[in-house]
Amino acid sequence: MPDRLAPAARRGRLLAGRRMAWLICVAAAASSFIAPCAAAREAPPLAADPALEARVMHIAEELRCLVCQNESLAASQADLAVDLRKQIRQKLQQGQSRAQIIDFLVQRYGDFVLYRPPLKPRNWLLWAGPFVLLALALGVLVVNIRKRRRHAAALTPADHQRARLLLEEGEGRGT
Amino acid sequence: MKRFLLPAVVFALLVGLLAVGLKLDPHEVPSPLIDKPAPAFSLPRLDQPGRTISAQDLRGKVWMLNVWASWCVACRQEHPVLVDFFQRGGAVPVYGLNYKDKREDALAWLQRFGNPYVASLSDTEGLVGIDFGVYGVPETFVIDKAGVIRLKHIGPVTPEVLRDTILPLVKKLDA
Repeated sequence: MPDRLAPAARRGRLLAGRRMAWLICVAAAASSFIAPCAAAREAPPLAADPALEARVMHIAEELRCLVCQNESLAASQADLAVDLRKQIRQKLQQGQSRAQIIDFLVQRYGDFVLYRPPLKPRNWLLWAGPFVLLALALGVLVVNIRKRRRHAAALTPADHQRARLLLEEGEGRGT
Repeated sequence: MKRFLLPAVVFALLVGLLAVGLKLDPHEVPSPLIDKPAPAFSLPRLDQPGRTISAQDLRGKVWMLNVWASWCVACRQEHPVLVDFFQRGGAVPVYGLNYKDKREDALAWLQRFGNPYVASLSDTEGLVGIDFGVYGVPETFVIDKAGVIRLKHIGPVTPEVLRDTILPLVKKLDA
């Protein structure tokens, strides 16, 4: 019995193996497409001055990389991100403040680089939008609930009477 | 009928919103530098590294700055458009910003594909690129007589962009 099963089982294992290999191929191919952004290794800290590097990273974490737009400047390996981290490092060494450095980048790349965009008229929709939607949805919900309650309350005594009769009738037929 | 009206309207609005969203390119980040003075720079010419060109030298005329590099694939797609524009008399002088490139590579590239630039400036470190808010090559700027940036085009310049956007603007600025 086991002997007869063996070839089939082996074939099954082979098939599974082949499928696995194919999956790996697909995964490899897919990752090569997104590789420039997906290679989110940790940025190599330039260890000359760990404290300085920590400050660079602290600032870079709040800034968006323009090349890989869903990565922070701290995480991105894009050339531009490396260059911009270098700029941040130099400016810190020159004694510039965090606000000055962030301002430097905003002047060149706009509010888009900020993960925490400022609260100003152009960004009101961005900040308020979710809350407005939430309020609208809650409003619709409340209106609907009220409407339903009113319908429930709108049954006249005669309606109740009819309902009871119908129910009793059903029970009588069931037994 | 009436109860479907509101959901239908909401649905239509949502479709409209998403349709607009689909057409927007998240990689086209609006530049905060539009209508601001072009950053000051002074860079060596690619062909004669001993001579520099500064922003000041270009005052008083409308000019175009095209950011390019020999390693940039999209630039190769764009280049024939610029060469053709130059050969047809070029209504506006085009200066190149050779961004983070090796001099030999850049010169060989121009040799091979043609040189539509009045001059190219070597920005080997990419620092002037950062000042211009460059985050992807190619990018093209139109700068007016007073040295103010009037247009930024992200990505390859196509004949359509040249005809419909850049040239009308240049004409207006030249007048």
